Amino acid sequence: MDRENQSLGTGYLTLESGEVFTGKLYGAPINGFGEVVFHTGMTGYQEVMTDPSFAGQIVTFTYPLIGNYGINEKDYEAAKPALTGMIVSELCMEPSHYESNMTLAQAAEAFGFPILAGIDTRTITKRVRQDGTVFGVISDQPMQVEEVVSLRYKHAKKSLVANVSRQQVERYPGTGEHVVLIDLGMKQSILDALLQQGCRVTVVPFDTSFAQINALAPDGLLFSNGPGDPEHLLAYCSEWRKAVEQYPTLGICLGHQVLALMYGGKTEKLAYGHRGSNHPVKDMMTGKVYMSSQNHGYVVKEESLDKRQLTVSYRNVNDGSVEGLRHVSLPVFSVQFHPEAHPGPSDTSHIFHQFLQSMRVVGAKRYA
Amino acid sequence: MPKLPHIHKVLVIGSGPIVIGQAAEFDYAGAQACLSLKEAGVQVVLVNNNPATIMTDEQVADKVYLEPLTVESVTAIIAKERPDGLLPTLGGQTGLNLAVSLAEAGVLEKYSVQLLGTPLAAIQNGEDRELFKQLMQQIGEPVPESDTVESVESAIEFANAIGYPVIVRPAYTLGGAGGGIAADEASLRKVAAGGIAASPIGQVLIERSVKGWKEIEYEVMRDANDTCIIVCNMENLDPVGIHTGDSIVVAPSQTLTDRQYQMLRSVSTKVIRSLGVVGGCNIQFALDPNSDRYVLIEVNPRVSRSSALASKATGYPIARIAAKLALGYGLDEVLNPITGYTYASFEPALDYIVVKIPRFPFDKFPLADRKLGTQMKATGEVMSIARNLEAGLLKAVRSLEQGCTHLTRPELASWTREELAHSLQEATDIRLFVFAEAIRKGFTESELHNLTGVDPFFLRSLRKIVDLEVELSCHDSKTLTSELLLEAKRRGFADETIASLVGATPAEIKSLRQESGITPSYKIVDTCAAEFDAQTPYYYSDWQGVDEVESLAGRKVLVLGSGPIRIGQGIEFDYCSVHAAKALQASGIAAVVVNNNPETVSTDYETADHLYFEPLHVEDVLHIAEREQVEGVMVQFGGQTAINLAAKLEQAGLKVMGTSLAAIERAEDRELFYTMLRKLDIPHIPGKGVSSLEDATAIAEEIGFPVLMRPSYVIGGQGMVVVHNIDELQATIQDWLNHPNMSMFFPLLVDKYVPGKEAEVDAVCDGQSVIIPGIFQHVERAGIHSGDSVALFPAPHLTDDIKHKIASYTEAIAGEMEAVGLINIQFVIDGETVYVLEVNPRASRTVPITSKVTGIPMVQLAVRAQLGEKLSEMGYGTGLLPEIPFAVVKAPVFSTIKLNGVDPVLGPEMKSTGEVLGLGHSFEEAAGKAFAFKDNLYGDWQKGQLVMISLADGDKQDGVRESIGQMQADGANLAATPGTAEWLKNEGIVVKHIVADEAAWIDLLQEEEAAFALVTATKGNRHGRTGFALRSRMVQQGVPLFSAVDTFELYVKSIMKKRGGSHAASEDIGTLSKLAVTKA
Repeated sequence: MDRENQSLGTGYLTLESGEVFTGKLYGAPINGFGEVVFHTGMTGYQEVMTDPSFAGQIVTFTYPLIGNYGINEKDYEAAKPALTGMIVSELCMEPSHYESNMTLAQAAEAFGFPILAGIDTRTITKRVRQDGTVFGVISDQPMQVEEVVSLRYKHAKKSLVANVSRQQVERYPGTGEHVVLIDLGMKQSILDALLQQGCRVTVVPFDTSFAQINALAPDGLLFSNGPGDPEHLLAYCSEWRKAVEQYPTLGICLGHQVLALMYGGKTEKLAYGHRGSNHPVKDMMTGKVYMSSQNHGYVVKEESLDKRQLTVSYRNVNDGSVEGLRHVSLPVFSVQFHPEAHPGPSDTSHIFHQFLQSMRVVGAKRYA
Repeated sequence: MPKLPHIHKVLVIGSGPIVIGQAAEFDYAGAQACLSLKEAGVQVVLVNNNPATIMTDEQVADKVYLEPLTVESVTAIIAKERPDGLLPTLGGQTGLNLAVSLAEAGVLEKYSVQLLGTPLAAIQNGEDRELFKQLMQQIGEPVPESDTVESVESAIEFANAIGYPVIVRPAYTLGGAGGGIAADEASLRKVAAGGIAASPIGQVLIERSVKGWKEIEYEVMRDANDTCIIVCNMENLDPVGIHTGDSIVVAPSQTLTDRQYQMLRSVSTKVIRSLGVVGGCNIQFALDPNSDRYVLIEVNPRVSRSSALASKATGYPIARIAAKLALGYGLDEVLNPITGYTYASFEPALDYIVVKIPRFPFDKFPLADRKLGTQMKATGEVMSIARNLEAGLLKAVRSLEQGCTHLTRPELASWTREELAHSLQEATDIRLFVFAEAIRKGFTESELHNLTGVDPFFLRSLRKIVDLEVELSCHDSKTLTSELLLEAKRRGFADETIASLVGATPAEIKSLRQESGITPSYKIVDTCAAEFDAQTPYYYSDWQGVDEVESLAGRKVLVLGSGPIRIGQGIEFDYCSVHAAKALQASGIAAVVVNNNPETVSTDYETADHLYFEPLHVEDVLHIAEREQVEGVMVQFGGQTAINLAAKLEQAGLKVMGTSLAAIERAEDRELFYTMLRKLDIPHIPGKGVSSLEDATAIAEEIGFPVLMRPSYVIGGQGMVVVHNIDELQATIQDWLNHPNMSMFFPLLVDKYVPGKEAEVDAVCDGQSVIIPGIFQHVERAGIHSGDSVALFPAPHLTDDIKHKIASYTEAIAGEMEAVGLINIQFVIDGETVYVLEVNPRASRTVPITSKVTGIPMVQLAVRAQLGEKLSEMGYGTGLLPEIPFAVVKAPVFSTIKLNGVDPVLGPEMKSTGEVLGLGHSFEEAAGKAFAFKDNLYGDWQKGQLVMISLADGDKQDGVRESIGQMQADGANLAATPGTAEWLKNEGIVVKHIVADEAAWIDLLQEEEAAFALVTATKGNRHGRTGFALRSRMVQQGVPLFSAVDTFELYVKSIMKKRGGSHAASEDIGTLSKLAVTKA
C-alpha cells in the first residue's frame, strides 16, 4: 500500500493570522472550520473524535503518531463526531490491534470530517498557547484571511449545544437510583458509568423543563459535558436551578460551568484550555491529588462565586483554577474534569460513588 | 505535607561497581538524589566505592565515603556519622539489599536510623517472588501461575492444570541453563527431566508462559499522601521472552488503545498503593496481543534502569523527586523543574517517540553465546528522540557506534532465507538488522510476525525504511527531488546512507540539501507537549517546523560524550564529559554537550548549557556545531568515541581543541608512534604491524617469543592475545580468520611480550609543562589488560630512578606531541628499562580516581589548558607531584557470570565491566576493601573451609607457594588438580582433596562450600580446555575466582594483615584529599 494512495492530495490549514500550514488531506473531501485546539493525550484519539464537547473545533494532537491502533467498536463516545477536523503529524494508515475494524482516515471519511496530516503539530500547539483562541480552516486550497474571518463570524453565532444534544428522551433500565441525565453534548462514558453503578437513567434534551423533569420523578440529576461557551446557555439557567434545588445533582465539565451560572457565578475563557489526560486536581477537603481527564476551554471565575452558596471543592494544581464546586447546604456538586475518563485515567471515578451516596442519603430522608 | 522535621542528616547508599544489569543509571539517580536532598537543607552522607562516578564527587554530598558496601563497613560509617535517615532505593539492587541487611542486622534500630521512603515491608513484598505473588492474589491481580516441583510427574500435573505452554526454570543454574519452554505434555516430559537433572538441587519452577505477549512497563511514583502518578509507560518491541534490558523499547506505548493504557495504569496505581511504595517504582506487564488479558511480570520498588530511561525520555527527574518524597514532601509540593512553575504531581505528555536500543559486548567476546533470553547481557544502551518511529530507530542505530550508519550489516547480505529465518526466531543482538535484511529479501509481514511475535506495527515501520531505500535507489543525484530528500531526512536517513543509495557522495547530498534549504530544526523536551512554556535546554533534531533553540550568547564550546557504556569505555568518560562541561561554565564559556546514553549524568539537562540527545555520528555532530556556532570541539573526554570523530570533524572545518589532530595520529598509529619514541630515545617494545600470517610468523621469529598480537585502532585491547610459540601464533590467527566477526583484524600488531611490571600515568599538559599527580602500578604482570589489573596508587614498588624516568618520558612525549589537555601513558618496567607501551591522547579510566584521591581536578585543568591557560598559573604545581599519604587500590569487577562462553581468565583482552576503589593506610588494608567490596565476596576464609587451586606450570613459583602455605597454616583446606597437588606436596604443603576433572570439582562443591578458587591459565580464551571449564564452573557456582597469581598473593597478604589487627576506621574522601593536597 503506497502511503500516498489514500490521501486526497495536498491540504492546507489557514489560520486567521494568515499563516498557512501545508500537509496531506485525508478523510472526507470537505472543508473543516473551527477553533483550533490541542489535545495532549498520547492515546484516546477515538474518544476525542467522538466527544461532543469538541463540537465546532479542529483538534490538533500533540502526540505525533496517531491512528496506530485503528478504530474499534467499543470506544465511541457518541454515535458520530462533532468536531470539524483533525490535525496530526503522522497518520497511521496500517493500524495494528486485535479490535481495530477500520483506520482513522476511513472513520473520518465515513463520518464526514477532514484530517490534515504531516503537520508539525508542535508549532501549531505553541501558536495556540501564545495566541489563545485561534480560528482556522482545513481545505484543499490555501484561503484568504478575510474568508477565514467571515467563517469565524458565522460559526460564532451557532448554538453548539442545540446541535449535539438529543431530540428525544431515552430510557435505560436499571435497578438502582433513577438519574435524569441532562444531555448538553454528553459522552457515552458518563451514561456507561451510571449504568455500571446500577442506576436507571433517563437521558433528556438540554431544554427539558422543570415540570418535565419533575414528571420523571428522578432521584438525582446529572448535567453532562458539552461544547461551547456556557454563557450561551444563561437563558436556561433559572429553569435548571429550580430542578437543582429539588434533587441531588452532579455537574460534569459544561454541566459544572452551568451550575456556577445558575448560582450567579461567571465563566471566562482560558487562554488555551485544558485538554488532555494528565491534569492534576487537588481535593480541597482531603489534600489528595488526582490525575484527571480534561477537555474544557472555559472556566468558572472564582471571584464571581457567591461563597454563601458554593464552595470550591477541587482545584487545578498547576494554575489553581476552579476544578470543582459544592453547594454549602444542598447535595449539589460539580467537577470541571471528567470522572468517567475515556480518554484518560479513571482516578476520579469515586465522584460517581459520591453522587450515588448523596441520592441514597436524600432518598432515605425523603422516604423515612 | 512538608518535610519530616526530625531528618537532618541522611545516608545514601550507592550501587557500587558497574556490572551488567546495574550500570551508570545509578550514578545519575544517586547524584540527583543527593543534590535534591541538599536542596532541601539536609546533610548528605554517601557511601559508594565506585570511583568513576559523579555522585562520589566531594561537591555532590557533604561527606563521601569510598568504602566497601558491606554491613560491617556501613555500620562503622553509621556509628561515626549518626545519620537520622537512610535512603535505600537509589543504589540499585546492591543498595537495596544492603539496606535490608542493615535493617535485619538491627543496625538501623541500634543507631536510630529511619528508613526513608519506601518501607522495608514494601521492598520485601516487591523483591520476594513468593510474597509478591501472595500480595497480588490478595488484591486480585494476576501473576503467571507457577509452582516449584521436584519430579517430572508433578511438573506435568501442574502444567495440565494451568495449561500450556509452560516455562521450566531449573533452580540454581546460570542464566536458566537446562530450562526451556514446553508446548505440550510430551515436550514437558523431556524439558522437565533435563531441568531437574541440570539443577544441583533437582528442583525446577514450572511457570505459565506468556512468551510472545506484549511487554509493557509503567514507571509509577507515589507520595506519602497516596497521590500516584505515571511518569511514563513503555512498550518493548521485542515481546515477552527477552529481558527488558536486552529489548528494544519505545516510549510511550504505541499499540495500546486508551482503554488498555488506562487499564494497566489503574492496575499500576493499585499495585504501588498495595505495596506502600513512597518514591518510584517500576511495574512490568505482559499483555495478550489478542485480548485484554494481562499478567504482572515484575515489580521493582526502587529507581531502576527503566526509571533513568523514563526520566530522560520525558524530562521528569524521577530520582530527584523520589528523594523529596522520601523526606515527606507531597508531589503537589515539589515544583516540576522543567517548567519551574508547574508541579511534580502531573503526568508527562510526550510529543515525540523515544527508542532505546541495548548495547551488547559481543564485539569484545566473539565466542560468547549471543542468544538473547531472560538473562540480561547488554552492558549499556542508547536512546534516541524523534517525531516518527523510523527516525527514532535509525538515530538509535547510529548511536550504537558499531560501524552501522543504517539498518545494514554487510555480513547479512549473503545470508540465505533459512539463515535469516533462524536468526529471527532465535533472537541475538543483531535481530533488528536481520529484520531489515529479511524484508529486503522478500519476507512477508506475517512470516516475520510468526517467526518473532513482534507486533506488525513495528514491522511496518521497518518496512517503511526499506521501501524508502528502494525508492531512493531508483534515483541518482540528478533525479533526486528535494521532496524525496526531505522525506528521507525526516525518516532519519544519514546523508551517507542516501549517498550510497543514489550513487553519490555524502558531500553531494549535503550540497543538495543546502540548495533546497533542508536543515534540521531542534525541538525541546519539555514534559508537557508544549502545553506550558518551558526553557529546558534539552533538544533533539527533527526536519520540520520551527527550531526552538535559544541561541547562547558569548563563547560556546562543544563537548562530545562517550555514548553507550561498553567494555573498555565505561562511566569514567561520562565523569570526564560532565566535568569538562562544568569547567567550561566556570571559565564563563557555554558548554554544548552531545550524547545519547540515557543512563548518565552528562545527559541530565542540568549538566550542560545546551544538551543535544543525538547520535555521536559525524553528520549529527556537525549539524549541532553549525546550529550552535561553537568555536571548537573538545574530543578528549568522550573516550575513543570522541577521538574517532576528531579527524572528520576537523576536515569539515570544526576546530578540534587541545592536542592537535596530527599529534593524536602520532599516538594512535603504531608506525608514527614508534618513530616518535625512537626520535625521543625512549625504549618501546619491539614489534611491527603485519598484514598476513606469513609476515606475522616472520616478525615473531625476528623479535622472539612470547609475542603479543592485537588489531590496530581499538579500545580495550579487543582481540589481544599472547602467544608463546609458532604453533600458537598460527592457530590463533587461523581461529581469527575463520570467525565471521573477526574478519577485519588486519593490520595486526605483533609485539614482543615483556612480562615486567606495568605502570601508568595520567597527566595534564599545556604544550610546555606537564602535571603528573601520581603513578599507578599494576599488580599483575604485563600481558593483562590495564583495565583488568588491580592497580596501586601511589606506586609502592618503583625506585625513585624509575619514577623519574616515567616522569621525564611523560614530559618528553607530551612536549614532542605538543599535547594540550589530558594524556595517558602506559609503561612496562623490565629491570632498569622503562618501555613505553602506549600513549592515549585523551582522558582515561584512571582520571576520576587520580582526581579524587589527589584533589587535583584533572579535567578542569585540562579544559583550562585547552582554552589557553598555562599550568604554571593554575596553582597546582607541575611535574611529578609528591605522593599522597595513603594507599589506594583499584580493582576490576566482572560480569562474566552473565556471559556464557566467555572465559573469566585475565588476559590482554579487557573483560571487566566496572571497578571499585579501596582506601587505606596500607596497601594490604586498601586491597582488602577492594576485594571485599560487597558482602559474601573474597572475605576471610574460615578455618576448615575449602580453597581450590589449579596452577599452570609457569605459575608454580615461590611467591604462590608462600601464600598457599600461609593460608594452609591459617586453616584453609586445599583442593587441587593432580599436577598442582603433586607440586604442592613436593613443596611440603598438604592437599586434602585431589580433583581430577570438572565433574569431580562439582561433586566436591556439592559437599563443601569453597571460600574461593585460584585457577590460572596456560593460554586464554580457548574453549575445550580444563582450566576454562573449571573457571567457568567456579563463576557459575558463585565461587570467587582468581586467575592470576599476583592478584592472589596480594589478596592473601591483605587477609593476613587484617588478621594481624583490625583495619583502621574509614575516612571520607574530602578529608583524605585534603591530606593529599596539604602534603603536596
